[in-house]
Amino acid sequence: MKFNKNAVGRKIPETINGKPVIPFKGVGKYKPTGRKFAPKIATCADYPLDGNKLVPSLKEALIKAGIKDGMTISTHHHFRNGDLIAVEIFKIAQELGIRDLVWYPSASFPCQEPIIEQLENGTIHHIEGSMNGPLGRFASQGKMKGVGVLRSHGGRYQAVQDGDVVIDIAVIAAPTADPFGNANGVEGPSACGLLGFALADSQYADKVIVVTDNLIDFPCIPWQIHGNYVDHVVQMGQIGIPEKIVSGTTQITKSPDRLHIAEMTAKFCDEAELIKDGFSFQAGAGGTSLSIGIYFGEIMRKKGIKARFARGGSNKYLVEMLEEGLVEYILDGQTFDLEGVRSMRDNPRHVNTSPFTSYNYHGKGNFAGILDIVILGATEVDVNFNANVVTHSDGYLLHGIGGWQNCLFGKNVILPIPLFRDRIPVIRDEVTTICGPGELIDIIVTERGIAINPLRKDLIDKMKNSNLPIKTIHELKEEAERICGKPKAVEFEEKIIAAIKWVDGTVIDVVKQVKE
Amino acid sequence: MSKTATAGNKGKSIRSDCSVTLEITDSGGIQIDLQSKVKTLFGDSIIDLCKKELVFFGIKNCKIKIEDSGALDYILTARIEAAIKMCIETDKEFLLEMLPQNKYKTKKDSYRRSRLYLPGNTPKLALNAGIHNADGIILDLEDSVAPSKKFEATILVRNALRSVDFYGAERMVRINQIPKGLNDLKYIVPHNVNLILVPKCESAEQIRLVNEKIDEISKKNKVKNPIYLMPIIESALGIIKAYEIAMASENVVALAIGLEDYTADLGTQRTKEGKESFFARCQVVNAAKAAGIQAIDSVFSDVSDMEALKKNVLESKSLGFDGMGCIHPRQIKVIHEYFAPNEKEIEKAKKIVNAFHVATEKGLGVVSLGSKMIDPPVVKRAQRTIEQAIDAGKLEKTWRKDY
Repeated sequence: MKFNKNAVGRKIPETINGKPVIPFKGVGKYKPTGRKFAPKIATCADYPLDGNKLVPSLKEALIKAGIKDGMTISTHHHFRNGDLIAVEIFKIAQELGIRDLVWYPSASFPCQEPIIEQLENGTIHHIEGSMNGPLGRFASQGKMKGVGVLRSHGGRYQAVQDGDVVIDIAVIAAPTADPFGNANGVEGPSACGLLGFALADSQYADKVIVVTDNLIDFPCIPWQIHGNYVDHVVQMGQIGIPEKIVSGTTQITKSPDRLHIAEMTAKFCDEAELIKDGFSFQAGAGGTSLSIGIYFGEIMRKKGIKARFARGGSNKYLVEMLEEGLVEYILDGQTFDLEGVRSMRDNPRHVNTSPFTSYNYHGKGNFAGILDIVILGATEVDVNFNANVVTHSDGYLLHGIGGWQNCLFGKNVILPIPLFRDRIPVIRDEVTTICGPGELIDIIVTERGIAINPLRKDLIDKMKNSNLPIKTIHELKEEAERICGKPKAVEFEEKIIAAIKWVDGTVIDVVKQVKE
Repeated sequence: MSKTATAGNKGKSIRSDCSVTLEITDSGGIQIDLQSKVKTLFGDSIIDLCKKELVFFGIKNCKIKIEDSGALDYILTARIEAAIKMCIETDKEFLLEMLPQNKYKTKKDSYRRSRLYLPGNTPKLALNAGIHNADGIILDLEDSVAPSKKFEATILVRNALRSVDFYGAERMVRINQIPKGLNDLKYIVPHNVNLILVPKCESAEQIRLVNEKIDEISKKNKVKNPIYLMPIIESALGIIKAYEIAMASENVVALAIGLEDYTADLGTQRTKEGKESFFARCQVVNAAKAAGIQAIDSVFSDVSDMEALKKNVLESKSLGFDGMGCIHPRQIKVIHEYFAPNEKEIEKAKKIVNAFHVATEKGLGVVSLGSKMIDPPVVKRAQRTIEQAIDAGKLEKTWRKDY
């Protein structure tokens, strides 16, 4: 196979899964031409005039949708680790003797580990989506038939819109739906807030199946998913496990070390004058990010100022800030707890968004770039501020990209991370996998010091007289290695097991099979 | 001595530690079985270090199993050394180089507002302890270490003193009760410990024994740094002897009180209001002040209740205590903030210190404020208050410019 070096120096093969790929050319450098992908024209003549699209079972719906070898089937992660539908789909596909499917989830979770059976027996050829935990390990061991393709949430929308991925059948698990296919996520026993990740699929997939455990009479309002896009509706006993939909990762951290990092981050933002009246911020779901949001709240109260909007992952803490008036709007990508669901249902200032409005790079703008402060995580960062979120330092693919790449376009991107985890330094000479180029990452906050990207001369100037421990990224790297020792370079096999797409559909890096 | 031994910890919740099982064999050379979550990145270096240590102790044949959850070198070598010393008799010590930045001294009157307790045998808590800014960090060999783990803890604490950077916090160790605690000293005195806590102290004689042993070890190891003592009074008898203990030696710099054991000794319960310990706390403060040293309050055990901690700190301060113990890093900030002087105290101190400077500038021998004369000890206390206010971020260093 032939390889080309991309703009961040990684060697990218000319084709992946038999399709030609474009190597990453630099931020904003690749400009597509042509028109968007268009789905087939449908006609009401083919659908029941009374609007009743109910089909007795998921199996029948999949057969009616014409499931066959080699198709691409999409699902969504609104139910997080409580999803019951993806596993069910591929069990049915296996029963029907279907082979070589492509699974196109918006993200996978450990609850989908049983899908390894279908990956092993050839029902599924490969996954295009995040591979978390056990699925990532499986892929890293070189056991997946095809090459995995990882995209950000915005990149997933872009790929569908541009026709890079053509979805044959989209299965949308909906907490509430009517027989016409209108659906939402704010009502019902499996309420999860919104269904934004399924938007592209509803618009562009050839066939769309809505699955619900809370069927109500027409009209299902709000109709976050429009029935006009939907082919079949299936009613099932249970589509998700409610307590796992609201995941446990949304607790404020009790770890003193993480609280320390959170406090330093908030202090930095305050001293750098990033927290000002009318500013906006994004706070992630991790324990450290949540605590940062709370420190932001304290600072805003003290100063008597408000944020114009906050980008969620919403949770009860962000909702409290909205209700207290500290934040004027929540623009929500996913809800992490029931308070978030309630607020989204009842408060018009708690707005549901989709990867189209928030993250799609092939649109006429998106609001990630409008954010003043963006807080993100990383498994590794290198001395050039390039960061990795998908692989661990031992080479295993264990996480997805999520909205991470898309958020890098925020005005001030901050990564609060520990200097080392279990003796593994987080700041490295070179990251195992590049997911985001360093030019977009501004500040690294660790418990032992804060490094500002040399490109941000304005911030360096502003923080010149700060009492915070401002250091260079090289100093931080050396400090980590003094404590942990210098880790040995990891050896890989030649086989490529996954490609990492940039937000514009080009390939920024590939992941190779781990040598065991 | 047994031919097999195990040291260290393993299990799901264990991090930054390892468990080492050693079996001395008669033949077959050194066989290392390493299981590690960081094997890909550090496996080779762990095996090299292990071999080096076994050779150092003259072990030629053994089976050694290391179950590692990310232990740093100083932890790994401590666990291996402990396992070896449970199998063979030796006086040798496998020491990694001491961090040069760990060689600092502290002063008799250094701030001791907060001192953070770390269980001596739980390495993960020590790694980042220094970032939280406590005045002192205590590696504990006493109550937080299970009796069966005491020996391995002494080796781990020794290594931690050499290899962990506490970023300027006073380096403290709480030894076991005297006389047993005297055996702990040889593991800590040569490794730049700044202060030793002597628990359940009941007499000046115990302090004398500790100092005798420290002197003996210091001479042998050419230790030059001062080593201070902080006796902890934890019994009715100790309270009665508080002044005698405070005066026992020049290097006793503070007297601490331990209320859990004290209330047990009285046969009563510790309450939030603390009436039952009011006498004892006053006695410790009084004895300490009479001896010209610091008085340090007991720990506050509800780590989630910051409001109650704040009340406790304010009461402590009003009784005359200079600091208290912490069992969680989150408590440090609250303790520093409320032991620090309040606005009123700062204003008063500013007036006095300013008057002192004015008098000095004018070459006057007597400091006076209005019609009142100010005695030197009052000036000294005011200067201390100003220092504390600056340290707590409540006062600019340059406050006199605009005064």
